Amino acid sequence: MYSTTATDASNFVSTFNTSFYFIAGISLLLLIGLTVIMLYFVFRYNNKKNKVAVQNEGNTRLEIIWTVIPILLAIAMFYYGWAGWKPMNKAPKDALKITSVARMWSFSFQYENGKQSPDLVIPVNTPVKLNLVSLDVIHSIFIPAFRVKSDMVPGREKMMWFLPQTVGDFDLYCSEYCGLRHSYMNATVKVLSNEDYTSWYADSSKVITATEESVPGAEGLKIMINQGCNACHSSDGTKIVGPSYMNLYGEKQVVIREGKEVTVTVDDEYIKRAINDPNSEIVKGYPKGLMQSYKATLSDDDISKIIEYMKSLNDK
Amino acid sequence: MNTQKEFGEPGYLDYKGRYKGLFSWIFSTDHKRIGLLYLFSILSLFAIGATLGLLMKFELIAPGKTIMGPQAYNAFFTLHGIVMIFAVVIPGLPAVFGNFLLPIMIGAKDVAFPKLNLFSWYLYVTGVVLVIISQFAGDGPPDTGWTFYAPYSFRTTGTMLPAVFGAFVLGFSSILTGLNFLVTIHRMRAPGMTWLKMPLFPWSLYATAWVQLLATPIIGITLLMVVAERTLHIGFFDPSLGGDPLLYQHLFWTYSHPAVYIMILPAMGAISEIITTFSHKTIFGYKFMVVSVLAIAFVGYFVWGHHMFTSGMSGTALYTFSLLTFLVAIPSAIKVFNWISTMHKGSIDLQTPFYWAIAFIFVFMIGGFSGLILGSLAANVHLHNTNFVVAHFHFIVFGGTGFAFFGAMHYWFPKITGKMYDKTWANIGLILFFIGFITLYGPMFYLGFKGMPRRYFDYDEVFHAGNIISTMGSWVLYSGLAIIIINLFASLKGGAKAPSDPWGGKTLEWTIPSPPPVENFTETPVVTKGPYDYKQV
Ligand code: HEC
Ligand code: HEM
Ligand SMILES: [Cu+2]
Ligand SMILES: [Cu+2]
Repeated sequence: MYSTTATDASNFVSTFNTSFYFIAGISLLLLIGLTVIMLYFVFRYNNKKNKVAVQNEGNTRLEIIWTVIPILLAIAMFYYGWAGWKPMNKAPKDALKITSVARMWSFSFQYENGKQSPDLVIPVNTPVKLNLVSLDVIHSIFIPAFRVKSDMVPGREKMMWFLPQTVGDFDLYCSEYCGLRHSYMNATVKVLSNEDYTSWYADSSKVITATEESVPGAEGLKIMINQGCNACHSSDGTKIVGPSYMNLYGEKQVVIREGKEVTVTVDDEYIKRAINDPNSEIVKGYPKGLMQSYKATLSDDDISKIIEYMKSLNDK
Repeated sequence: MNTQKEFGEPGYLDYKGRYKGLFSWIFSTDHKRIGLLYLFSILSLFAIGATLGLLMKFELIAPGKTIMGPQAYNAFFTLHGIVMIFAVVIPGLPAVFGNFLLPIMIGAKDVAFPKLNLFSWYLYVTGVVLVIISQFAGDGPPDTGWTFYAPYSFRTTGTMLPAVFGAFVLGFSSILTGLNFLVTIHRMRAPGMTWLKMPLFPWSLYATAWVQLLATPIIGITLLMVVAERTLHIGFFDPSLGGDPLLYQHLFWTYSHPAVYIMILPAMGAISEIITTFSHKTIFGYKFMVVSVLAIAFVGYFVWGHHMFTSGMSGTALYTFSLLTFLVAIPSAIKVFNWISTMHKGSIDLQTPFYWAIAFIFVFMIGGFSGLILGSLAANVHLHNTNFVVAHFHFIVFGGTGFAFFGAMHYWFPKITGKMYDKTWANIGLILFFIGFITLYGPMFYLGFKGMPRRYFDYDEVFHAGNIISTMGSWVLYSGLAIIIINLFASLKGGAKAPSDPWGGKTLEWTIPSPPPVENFTETPVVTKGPYDYKQV
């Protein structure tokens, strides 16, 4: 998991450290120095020891000194920050390109061969360029161990790059507040050796999450884990943000369609509508506008698999 | 001292006007009574905000749910932020101590527009009521954070409109106070009080007033645009309507960064008064103090972009904002150097307000230095939107403005109430408060450095230890706070009578009785000397 001691988890750790410790070091010295001087004055010139104050209206030379020196220090601090940031702005040409899609409240990583994963799986010592896409509100992708972060703004092209330098697992957080389950919007960055990555990448199944193959409807479950449906829907009857899948298929459901309450039976057609056009019918008691359409990402075949999985969750 | 005998005029607290009881306060146009109206409103809201903070910290003592769910937590930090920023620290020092003392310190009978002054308080109360309504009306309290970022603020089912409109109305109250102070300072200074004979607290209010007047309308129009977008679906900020979410952030911070200076400048002014008075020494580098206040107010307009380093601005914009951020720190540094030099060879009277002032300098330095770290582009990328930022701004606005507020409350307490507070309890409260403050926010720097994002209801086990310490700090801080407030209220009843000049201060408020008479001065004072004239005669 995440540790700050992996000093070279990415190429940006050392540039961060330079600017952080440079400023923190100077600041600490000044803080201690000024505090000691201040406390010394308070003891030395307290009115028991110093009955009469010596008036002094100021000293222009001193003022100039303590204006100019801080300005020089500030410019040096600015310089290190800028020098450390500059390379972040320009990704190497040969970087591995991965599209990172954020939605409330999950990340999904899409590879050039069509592979998709809820975790960011990457090879060590290869520059990685993430193309950042948000489907709903602003999110922010933050990998503390790599010292990188970038907002993911809907409707705006953005990218972020880094060079992973250590094999291991690292935490990835959403760091721009995005609603109810913001603090659960996490993923893991898995940095693999080149061989492991190549075999992972070659595995043509779209999904990588290890769920038991034997579970009925397992393929549908994998698709949903991948798409982040489980951030809002549970399989065990608990209400997270949307209704649970448990005992859903074949039941009657009250929905609001064009402002009127209607009762429908949950069948294939209904579920397809619920996934492709979620806001046309809103389940009674749930908020509108939270679930986005999956028309662009899920095929009819995927949806049938999801339905298979839902059916497996009925008690009968 | 008995005002009746000495001046033949009743103090403002005893004055019998047209109305009685509560009405003699809420219909009063006396700047002193209005100052106290603000004081009580702000203290009540501060108590609410602080209790929300205490509960949030309790929730964070362990990962997972402790006392509330994520929806409640999100609503809590939203209300906490709105209350603390818009209803406590922005009006804070100007509306309470500015109202009470500005006219007296410049030798005037009242502010320029007394009725407008009362109207500002009505607006303030209206804004607060709207924010309270947003908590109970509709589908649930707002949950966007005090920043109302688009497009989330258009997606949420929380009740946004009254909250946003409430913040808008609070902004208007602030604009009118600023306008009033500007005219008062330009027009109503006592004969002989040239600009450079004006004390530093009025100077800081003057700089603040310009910021209030010029920056607040920006948030006003922005919040109205949010209202229009939510009701009429005009696409300003929501990309799904063709709007631009970064435009919102620019507009929001164009106000909200200068707003930080609305909070901190008057605090610096009050600290300057306290340090000279208790050092019995004129301020070191008066002119530089004046220039630095004006410089902060001016440069403060041009650094808003440092809240948006990871949002997606161009490189040129990024480093310009970064450089300006470093430069705006310089005048603050100059002020710290001058405060410390004022103590040099002084004859320091160690009273509670002075302790608050040195505690202020210490926490303000920590807040400022952590601000330098955040201003640096490479460091900001990692630390932005983590607990490091939460620690930083609490050190500046709570450590800075909050400490100055409590310092000012003790410093002017004898003048305002005519009573002395109990010194022992005041000091005990301060010590607990200080220890609690450092224990509460210190660990948050570390948590943020380790990567814990802000506005997180739940967190990984790696962040547990830091959160436990921080939560325990909040208990100590809260006890200190309770002692401080209870002590001041108890002193209202039991305190000794205050003389007109208990500290040996030189500014004009110490030349009139405590509490001041209704008209402040029986004879308009004529100013011939600088504001801090301690020369022996
Ligand atoms: C951001 C949260 C969120 C995500 C992510 C999400 N949903 Fe939903 N979903 C909801 C909400 C809220 C409702 C109820 C309101 C409505 O009907 O639109 C809902 C309703 C549904 C319904 C109708 C349920 C019923 O009881 O009638 C189905 C089926 C569904 N979602 C499937 C999915 C699938 C499949 C995915 C992933 C591909 C998904 N959802 C992703 C929030 C979400
Ligand atoms: C009484 C003591 C206080 C406590 C215990 C406290 C605690 C907290 C906590 C736990 C948070 C949430 C941090 C997060 O989002 O991760 C927070 C946020 C905040 N606090 Fe405080 N706080 C206190 C006083 C103040 C004061 C005096 C101010 C004055 C300005 C203030 C302003 C804010 C703001 C603006 C936020 C951000 C809200 C948001 O994210 O939208 N707080 N505080
Ligand atoms: Cu997010
Ligand atoms: Cu988030």
